[in-house]
Amino acid sequence: MIINVPDTTATGVHMALVKARHSVGVASSMVFTLLVVADLRNYDDVFNACKDAGREHPSRIILITNGLSASSRMDAEIHLGEEVPGEIISLRFHGEMVNHRDSVVLALLLPDSPVVAWWPGKSPDKPGDDPIGALATRRITDAMGASNPLRALETRARNYSPGDTDLTWTRLTPWRALLAAAVEQYPATIADVTVTSAANNASGMLLAAWLEDRLKCTVVRSESTTGLGITQVRMNTSKGDITISREDGRMATFSAPGLPRRVVALRRRELNALITEELRRIDVDDIFAASMRCLVQRCERPADPVGIVAKASG
Amino acid sequence: MPVATGPPRTSPRSSTTRSRNARTPFREEVWQQLLEGIRFVAGDFTDEAAFATLKDTLQELDEAQGTGGNHAFYLSVPPKAFDLVISQLKKQGMTKSVKGAWSRVVIEKPFGHDLASAQVLERQVSSAFDSQSVFRIDHYLGKETVQNMLALRFANQLFEPIWNRNYIDHVQITMAEDIGIGGRAGYYDGIGAARDVIQNHLLQLLALTAMEEPTSFDAAQLRTEKQKVLAAARPPRDIAAHTARGQYRGGWAGGRQVLGYLEEEGIDQASQTETYAAIRVDIDNRRWAGVPFYLRTAKRMPRRVTEVALNLRRAPHLPFTHNDIEALGTNALVMRIQPDEGITLRFGAKVPATLMEIRDVTMDFAYGNSFAESSPEAYERLILDVLLGDPPLFPQHEEVELSWKILDPILDFWADIDTQPEGYASGSWGPESGRAMLARDGFVWRRP
Repeated sequence: MIINVPDTTATGVHMALVKARHSVGVASSMVFTLLVVADLRNYDDVFNACKDAGREHPSRIILITNGLSASSRMDAEIHLGEEVPGEIISLRFHGEMVNHRDSVVLALLLPDSPVVAWWPGKSPDKPGDDPIGALATRRITDAMGASNPLRALETRARNYSPGDTDLTWTRLTPWRALLAAAVEQYPATIADVTVTSAANNASGMLLAAWLEDRLKCTVVRSESTTGLGITQVRMNTSKGDITISREDGRMATFSAPGLPRRVVALRRRELNALITEELRRIDVDDIFAASMRCLVQRCERPADPVGIVAKASG
Repeated sequence: MPVATGPPRTSPRSSTTRSRNARTPFREEVWQQLLEGIRFVAGDFTDEAAFATLKDTLQELDEAQGTGGNHAFYLSVPPKAFDLVISQLKKQGMTKSVKGAWSRVVIEKPFGHDLASAQVLERQVSSAFDSQSVFRIDHYLGKETVQNMLALRFANQLFEPIWNRNYIDHVQITMAEDIGIGGRAGYYDGIGAARDVIQNHLLQLLALTAMEEPTSFDAAQLRTEKQKVLAAARPPRDIAAHTARGQYRGGWAGGRQVLGYLEEEGIDQASQTETYAAIRVDIDNRRWAGVPFYLRTAKRMPRRVTEVALNLRRAPHLPFTHNDIEALGTNALVMRIQPDEGITLRFGAKVPATLMEIRDVTMDFAYGNSFAESSPEAYERLILDVLLGDPPLFPQHEEVELSWKILDPILDFWADIDTQPEGYASGSWGPESGRAMLARDGFVWRRP
């Protein structure tokens, strides 16, 4: 590689050096191995998300897909020093090899560092028991990638093992931050809560479980026919409602009794941002585990609030 | 017959084949020069005439090639043929160094199969060659990195203060191979992983890691320090609890379907030979008391790797919340011997984000990338050392015997219990008993 640094200073040379080192990809400073089990269908999106995640977390990313050929073989493609400080190894398994992917992946794990597995689309029912999942200490699924997200999230919750998380949860981070701030700022006892979201929105289901687990009050879900994702959370207190509404998936309005309405940025985020955030934590997420336990309880309750359809109000 | 004569076989393979097998750029003129001196002498070990021809051939080469009577015999022969070959060489008067010329012998592992047989071998060899003319070749010790272990330890101020029981928690020495026994059933069966690797490579690596500083890198000084530490090392008192052995089963390894050990060609169905061996060694001296050294080696592991990992104690106080440091392990200094020679340092660092999240990161020094010139192949270096008569890298018989003293009680114990070694999946990091052996002491094996 040739780098031209015309008309420069010591700082300029230094910056060019740092840039070169990053683009060449020092095989050393990688912090973990990320195993990505993807479908050919969304390969490009996932590949881009991997590149972005690799920028914040220099890592060895092993992208695992199943090819269509009937002969038993594996094709590999290695991306090194292309915009990312780590490396991306794309493995495509064909034929009989599809059943022995773990034997290849095990040999490619980085020494003595964490292993994270991520299923951007369809994921196994019990990721902890999956041959690839068993290699990892952290397993990230995405219920929204399944054909029936609500059922997928419930399956996740019933089969939870420590180290599991779901991107459904990551999508909630800004909502949770805002709700936590609202509850802390407004000193009133919350009687009940209504979470309104689009039909089939797993995040709404999980947010309801989290709120019930934290606030120990009744949380009802309702579905809205307009808007994207979660559209409203209304917390009913003796003094009136604290409401956060987001109709357009970008800006939310916050209102509470006696306070002026405020506009808050609450943007739905891209896959790239979600996975990058999720990879910041390698340890077990205890709050998520508690919320998933609550979600199972909610599903088992006879008067299950899930599925109640009400007209969402602004 | 290991040395052959006659005109060099001049149907050499194409130069592309030769250059493909060369580690460094292939140079035709070097090859041609080498070819000038190659002779084949065919014959049987029992055939005295063949040894006489060998002698004549060497004499002819002394004049034609100017070797001046300097000979090194590289005995790549089965252990049971040693005695015969050495006595044949002796009979022809080729073993004694004469004035102005040397006669050396190179022998390969295994140096016996226990202490008694090692002593017999030593008697046979020393009957013919002077002790300073015997080179026990161990290609791991020729690796640049092993020598660099000495440089790392004794050329730096940074590491010596932590190189003791006050800072080091435990040490793991691993030599993993991804292959099975291949076509070496005849050699391997009945020998096993402990004799094949632990007795020589791993105990030598242990000695280099644990020994005191030699007063110089003079062969005698270095040997003295290695012998001292090997004499202080002992096998575990509870051998059942602190050793493990296994045998690989068939299955899928690294994306290939492979046979189990007992299914390999030429292996007895009831063979109890271990292909995985792990042992704990304790060193009873001031520097290492209470620091266990774990040695493991196996065939059919996920990848080929040899390394020495020093695991440090946890910091005595951590001013962080439990959440911050959940993903933090302990510091480690890893000397990677092969294939990716270098040094790795593992320490905790903050994850870049608003959270105070601390996680292990590694810092690597790789020889392959850092030095422009590729390091010479281990054997090249060793053969050069033999020719130069420079023995510091070669273990002497005292070291070999001390190593057997550590291993013999374990081998006897395994032979006495007379059971099949525990099976482990090909392409895995070994059997459950290996994991349990470390768990008993509160440790886990690194993934190398």
